[in-house]
Amino acid sequence: MPEKFDVIIVGAGPAGTSCAFVCAKNGLNVLLIERGEYPGSKNVMGGVLYRKQMEELIPEFWKEAPLERPVIEQRFWMMDKESVVQFGYKGLEWGQEPYNNFTVLRAQFDQWFAQKAVEAGALLVNETVVTECLVEDGKVVGVRTDRPDGDVFADVVVLADGVNSLLGKQLGFHKEFRPDEVALTVMEVINLSKDKINERFNLSENQGCTIEIFGDSTKGNLGTAFLYTNKDSLNIGVGTTLSSMIKAKLKPYELLDYLKTHPMVKPFLEGGESAEYLAHLIPEGGYRSVPKVAGNGVVVVGDAAQLVNAIHREGSNMAMASGKMAAETIILAKHEGDFSESSLNRYREELYGSFIMKDLEKYKDATHVFEKYPQYLRDYVPMVNRAASKFFTVDGTPKKDKQKEIMRSVTGEKGTIRVLKDIYRAWKAVK
Amino acid sequence: MHIVVCVKQVPDTKIIKINPKTNTLDRRSAPAILNPYDAHAVQEAVRIKNLTGGTVSVLSMGPPQAVAVIKKSIEIGADRGFLISDRAFAGADTLATSYALSKALEKISMDLEVDMVICGKHAIDGDTGQVGPGIARRLDIPPITNVIEVTRINLPEGNLIVKRKQISGYELIQSELPCLLTVEKDINDIEYAPMPNMIKAARYEPVVWSVSDLGEVDRKQLGLKGSPTIVGKMFTPPKLEGGKMIEGALEEQLNELMDILMERKDLFSFNNSK
Repeated sequence: MPEKFDVIIVGAGPAGTSCAFVCAKNGLNVLLIERGEYPGSKNVMGGVLYRKQMEELIPEFWKEAPLERPVIEQRFWMMDKESVVQFGYKGLEWGQEPYNNFTVLRAQFDQWFAQKAVEAGALLVNETVVTECLVEDGKVVGVRTDRPDGDVFADVVVLADGVNSLLGKQLGFHKEFRPDEVALTVMEVINLSKDKINERFNLSENQGCTIEIFGDSTKGNLGTAFLYTNKDSLNIGVGTTLSSMIKAKLKPYELLDYLKTHPMVKPFLEGGESAEYLAHLIPEGGYRSVPKVAGNGVVVVGDAAQLVNAIHREGSNMAMASGKMAAETIILAKHEGDFSESSLNRYREELYGSFIMKDLEKYKDATHVFEKYPQYLRDYVPMVNRAASKFFTVDGTPKKDKQKEIMRSVTGEKGTIRVLKDIYRAWKAVK
Repeated sequence: MHIVVCVKQVPDTKIIKINPKTNTLDRRSAPAILNPYDAHAVQEAVRIKNLTGGTVSVLSMGPPQAVAVIKKSIEIGADRGFLISDRAFAGADTLATSYALSKALEKISMDLEVDMVICGKHAIDGDTGQVGPGIARRLDIPPITNVIEVTRINLPEGNLIVKRKQISGYELIQSELPCLLTVEKDINDIEYAPMPNMIKAARYEPVVWSVSDLGEVDRKQLGLKGSPTIVGKMFTPPKLEGGKMIEGALEEQLNELMDILMERKDLFSFNNSK
């Protein structure tokens, strides 16, 4: 007789593990199934973990979790071929409790987090692929794994199976991705001594820095690059939407090589040793791409529900928050003994009432606009670089004349009306 | 039939790094895994149990994290597991390890008599292959090393026939039970564990014994104190230099290779004739 659990959670990433942790803590009988050798072995992220949502699960987690560095400085680069315009913020308050965010290596962090769920009472089974949801009378009643005697049953199945949710597709919640709904990001972990990192990024002990790079980092295509500091390694990566990649005939690894040898980036990496190479899809469709998230006996969380805010590089925090919300709904459903869609739809309401869907709604047009009008990264970033160069070059021209000249060159290239239109469109998309 | 399999947690030496200064293994650089030969030992015990009925127990010595290799063994199909874990065991060489494991085996046997002990051929971190035979000697049972097949088990008569790998061929051996086998990887293929085993393993909490649980033990024979082995020097074998890459079509490669070999006068006896 196959076993029956209260909850089966497919995928031990941040969303699935959060859900498992909260369910198990509340006494539910939880089975957490991970396809990788261990949680984190297949997961990829640039590397920034936000404090807030993690803290709501495990207070003061920074005292025991395997974190790399608290981020005390965030830089934003608008990069051209041989120049960069940068702004950013560095604040020592971010280096003290309760911190703002941290760089992490997922292979370590996810293992630790899953162990917390196990300590709370969840059962973790690794190296097991869930091949389909078992459906009876229009209700999900369990999962089929690729192992012999592989069926396992539960009142609720939580799909935390990541961006390309095959189970979501099986249930008809998901359609196949359109190429503009998903980004392909490649990254590398580069080992570099702690001293060199501190020196090059102007950091002290236990201080971290993140740099987001726009413009030439993607050769002007829609996407971004990043460079983050770990304890004794750097994460460098770049991603663009699949549609841009197809249109520009880019190969992701070529883009990463281009970035690594870019004169603005190369000095940071010099002497480093490549330790890992990773690639992953990121759901960037935003608000309109969020699928059905609750059905009879099933809920969808995290990347599987496409919960990523591409503009603010937020994803794992949304995954955690959605996992927690799903867990709270399941606990209530268990209490009432009702696992129907209408009962589990409470999770949907929670999700839509939270910062997650509000943020996604705010930016619902942003990536689409930037995709449709590529001039923002392609034209304006170099333009800003030229303007800055002109403004800061001391050549005896009065500053007032310089400003005029810069304005003229901006509007001269594109025409005043077009520039104003572009500004208005961008503002509307992110307001 | 009660089979006890001795298993060890080892760093995955396929990916481990060696500290170039001290020449020691940098254990942090590799994940800890069930010694691959021991996985085959567990699989073989489970296979035999499925034929004869009975119980498969696994036994390990190590730090508390070594519970992971017992869980892994439960996934493969073992019924229960014992971990002996104590600071007193730390720093043990093969002599002290075999002593501690034999004491634990005696204790397990008091509860349910042991008919067979199976070990992997050797652990991939030390490569000595001494612990298995050491246990057999201490328990005064026959050790049979490098087993590649358990050919027949004759429970009523209390014996078995196994096939051993030798340098120059194979050997069929009949032995009394109980005995101790150390197995090669060729003995079986690790099966993809069924889901109920995975769930059982996730739930399983092995018995953990400290020294004081083992009954009468001579503490002088445990851990570093009981270990006469001294590591004189560790080094990475020097990379072979020279060599020649033969390229071209297969026929050309073969011709060139034959030419080279024929020139080597010491290689063929007919060239050596006086």
